[in-house]
Amino acid sequence: MTARQIWIAFSTIVVKEIRRFMRIWPQTLLPPAITMALYFVIFGNLIGSRIGEMDGYDYMDFIVPGLIMMSVITNSYSNVVSSFFSLKFQKNIEEILVSPVPNWVVLLGYVTGGVVRGLAVGFIVTLLSLGFTDLQIHNVAITASVVMLTAVVFALGGFINAVFARSFDDISIVPTFVLTPLTYLGGVFYSISLLPEFWQGVSQINPILYMVNAFRYGILGVSDISIMNAFLMVAVSIAILFSVSLHLLNSGKGIRN
Amino acid sequence: MPAALEIKHLSKTYDNGHKALSDVSLSVKQGDFFALLGPNGAGKSTTLGIVSSLLNKSEGEVRVFGHDLDTELVKAKTCLGVVPQEVNFNQFEKVQDILITQAGYYGIKASEAWPTVQIYLKELGLWDKREQPARMLSGGMKRRLMIARALVHKPKLLILDEPTAGVDIELRRSMWRFLRNINEAGTTIILTTHYLEEAEELCRNIAIIDRGTILENTSMKALLSKLHKQTFVMETIPVLQTIPEIAGFDVSLDAGGQLEVDMQGTQTMSAFFNAITDHKFQVASVRTKSNRLEELFLSLVSSGQDLNSEEKVL
Repeated sequence: MTARQIWIAFSTIVVKEIRRFMRIWPQTLLPPAITMALYFVIFGNLIGSRIGEMDGYDYMDFIVPGLIMMSVITNSYSNVVSSFFSLKFQKNIEEILVSPVPNWVVLLGYVTGGVVRGLAVGFIVTLLSLGFTDLQIHNVAITASVVMLTAVVFALGGFINAVFARSFDDISIVPTFVLTPLTYLGGVFYSISLLPEFWQGVSQINPILYMVNAFRYGILGVSDISIMNAFLMVAVSIAILFSVSLHLLNSGKGIRN
Repeated sequence: MPAALEIKHLSKTYDNGHKALSDVSLSVKQGDFFALLGPNGAGKSTTLGIVSSLLNKSEGEVRVFGHDLDTELVKAKTCLGVVPQEVNFNQFEKVQDILITQAGYYGIKASEAWPTVQIYLKELGLWDKREQPARMLSGGMKRRLMIARALVHKPKLLILDEPTAGVDIELRRSMWRFLRNINEAGTTIILTTHYLEEAEELCRNIAIIDRGTILENTSMKALLSKLHKQTFVMETIPVLQTIPEIAGFDVSLDAGGQLEVDMQGTQTMSAFFNAITDHKFQVASVRTKSNRLEELFLSLVSSGQDLNSEEKVL
């Protein structure tokens, strides 16, 4: 295929993905908005006012970056895992498999779809947060790049989950038993400096801690970890997950057998 | 000129150990209308699945218009259009969106694909439904939508896996006309079907596969000429109560009292009518008990023997 044909194929997949999550917006865009609004009201306003400050910021200001990041992580992951698994389940994937679209384009198309949904939900949550706090961005470049790269990481994770999934139960296992605990323990609601030293060390093997803190640094200018380490960890994660995803597509694992 | 499809020594063993194909070789000429027949589980869909890149092969070589699937996959895929056995489009998408999206996978912009989409939507009677979600279509319309989708990038080889399954006879015949026109316009067509009448009506060449092995790969004409016996069903006046003795012919009565006559290839209908002149019944109507190809097919797959072997059963 020529570069132009590859671009058309890629944009076809992305447009299809965006059309899909926009068509079912009450399932894709509305629930995270409601959930995050509740977090803002309950944890930020009601409980947060009694907690006081965290790392020198109002508790509400402290948790907003983490909650935005949480919604980006969850949605970029769930968009790809549910869309690609449905594609397999309903055999729509055959439309792509018979076509000459290279596997890397298929992967990029689905990942981009997940990233767009993650960012769309992140944007909605950001708008909601403005009703509760006066959000100022400390470093736009870091904020934008961290949120984008994090969405890529979890979109790739969702893709791998979808390849291995054999039933709809399999696509909810990772979000429920892995993603949610790691996100809650990833410094969304607290600074790890509050933890005993041992648990601070344990927390540092949680990749979500790096993403949440890098994003918080972009917005507030404070972080529990080194920003360079955060970028390095995200870049390595993307490289590994992309390679694994592409290998799975090329081998036809769970798709062509 | 390369063959439209060239398969050499193709084998497929699934992960569970089931050997679906064993050393399958066949060739389909450019411009052909080719039938691949076999009973359920014979290996038809596995063969076509490998050709369409939906399944990985275990061994062998597949070339589409000379392009090897292992080394020139993109070129091979560009030549192919596939109509699968089961509905596999997103039923929540609009009819026209399904076609435009499929064109996009082949690198064709929506504005460039639209004229072709319009043509096929109109020719296949889907134009009025173009704005509707595909789930609103009837079974026959869904089948036609899959044909339109397979043609939207103008493939040189169209693979149809039971395209008329569950379609009423009137619609089936209109689909036959459509496919014949496509074939006459230059598209090579490979068809699998359970309606043997359909294969006999449309196809010039045929392969019969059973238990993952090709039993026959020849022209339809040559295959039908191998039919050594045909059964005719005759309605008589009066309806017969006992089996008459007719010299030189094997006859029996069916449950409705109709006379069934097994005629060998060397026997003629005239000889039969001469033989019954002294009997006290008249023949009101005659029909074949089954389609000619059906008789051959059943004989082949039930015996698992080559027609040319010593133990042929026809």
